[in-house]
Amino acid sequence: MEQKRAIVSVIGKDQVGIIAKVTTILAEETINILDISQTILQDFFTMMMIIDVTKYEDLEALQQKLADLGEALGLTINVQLEDIFQAMHRV
Amino acid sequence: MNFAVNEMMETIRMVQMENLDIRTVTMGISLRDCADSNFEQMNKKVYEKITYYAKDLKITAEKVEREFGIPIINKRISITPIAEILGHASVEQAVELAKTLDKAAIVLGVDFIGGYSALIHKGISVGEQTLLDALPDALSGTERVCASVSVGTTRAGINMNAVRKMGEIIKEAAEKSKEQNGLACAKLVVFCNPVEDNPFMAGAFHGAGEGDVVLNVGVSGPGVVLSALKRYPHADLGEVSDIIKKTAFKITRAGELIGRVVAERLGVPFGIMDLSLAPTNAMNDSVAEILEEIGLERVGTHGTIAALALMNDAVKKGGAMASSYVGGLSGAFIPVSEDNGMIRGILDDALSLSKLEAMTCVCSVGLDMIALTGDATPATLAGIIADEAAIGMINKKTTAVRIIPVPGMKEGDMVEFGGLLGRAPVMGVNPYSSEKMINRGGRIPAPLQSLIN
Repeated sequence: MEQKRAIVSVIGKDQVGIIAKVTTILAEETINILDISQTILQDFFTMMMIIDVTKYEDLEALQQKLADLGEALGLTINVQLEDIFQAMHRV
Repeated sequence: MNFAVNEMMETIRMVQMENLDIRTVTMGISLRDCADSNFEQMNKKVYEKITYYAKDLKITAEKVEREFGIPIINKRISITPIAEILGHASVEQAVELAKTLDKAAIVLGVDFIGGYSALIHKGISVGEQTLLDALPDALSGTERVCASVSVGTTRAGINMNAVRKMGEIIKEAAEKSKEQNGLACAKLVVFCNPVEDNPFMAGAFHGAGEGDVVLNVGVSGPGVVLSALKRYPHADLGEVSDIIKKTAFKITRAGELIGRVVAERLGVPFGIMDLSLAPTNAMNDSVAEILEEIGLERVGTHGTIAALALMNDAVKKGGAMASSYVGGLSGAFIPVSEDNGMIRGILDDALSLSKLEAMTCVCSVGLDMIALTGDATPATLAGIIADEAAIGMINKKTTAVRIIPVPGMKEGDMVEFGGLLGRAPVMGVNPYSSEKMINRGGRIPAPLQSLIN
């Protein structure tokens, strides 16, 4: 079966423990992280994570959990299927 | 990592800050197998077929929207031009069928259903005459039904009897919906050279060459193009075209992916992808502002047509490269009431009805969502339609007229339509009559395809 991947993006003000809190939720959902990259752009924390959601049915539940976390931390957290980035940025 | 952080950021910025959206997923459904000499039977079959095929349209589109993080604004249905299946139905029955369509749309939760239509660019058959007679009541008595009428094509010429009739119908539809400022007219498009797979309203219908059911997608994103251009204030016009082309490419790729996923999940063939820059009243989501960003102080001033031609062509080029099946109208729409920049152009006296007409020579459709003074006569409206149809016929392109003669309003007033339809300054018309020409009737012959200087 083809791997289904999603991208978790976290944007907002830098603070202690962002990655820890996001990855905790992913671990609780038994979602494997395939790749992670993080940078500070003009004082803004930006993190991008590629996760494996092949066996994960309820993407919306995960979106909701991460959105709630984002709200608590004052960050924007999106989860989107990777294909959309593939379509827009790779020919 | 497959993607750079800035690429990820670009996609997110386009959606969250620049109003990139899938404007519509439109399911085309053929109703030809619903024709029946017994009207009640036909009415029932139409309702059942539409509600069967489109039962999961809304729910599926919404799920895909959330998973990919790209908003899908409208879910719509286009159907076989209703005049083709009306047969010997009466005018009252034709109105009843419109109400059935409206009911289906409401039950399914789709925003619009288009295809209460007739193709009469050469002549008018029995069913088509019935549909025309039913139009004012059908449009003013329903909420989500959209109608379109083809009055001309490059190969057939212009049916001036149909044009005259449309002038009268628009006037009557406006009168019948005068409590809502003539809103019925906002759901009626008069076409020259209509396309069969257009997903955009009010002009969508499911053409004769189409299969039983198909999914077409319309993508928009004037805001994305505008902010891309803002990053290059000193680019020359060749580079401007290139920036628009690249942006259009990315938007189209996103749209095509979403369309294909929705189609696959619904088990329906994917039809076409229509990339049209369609403005909304949201901040910066304006086609006029793109033209102003290219370098016009106000839309409508000298140079507007050149800028629009450049933009429209660049959008098409980017879109054509990005999708395997580009169709529909693909280009730029210039509706007045839905575009804050156009509204401002008119209020500042930079943009006139004549200039809008000229702009339709180089953009994808035509005179769209223009509010006219309430005392415009049917013959004047027909004259406007005839001019626009002539532009389409000679230039071998689609042109359309969607005008609203707002009852009781005069030039300089502001009319509110609400929702996606927005608001518009009421424009005046030429005070001199077109009556004699319109009353001559007959057909304008199809033009030569050579000797084209």
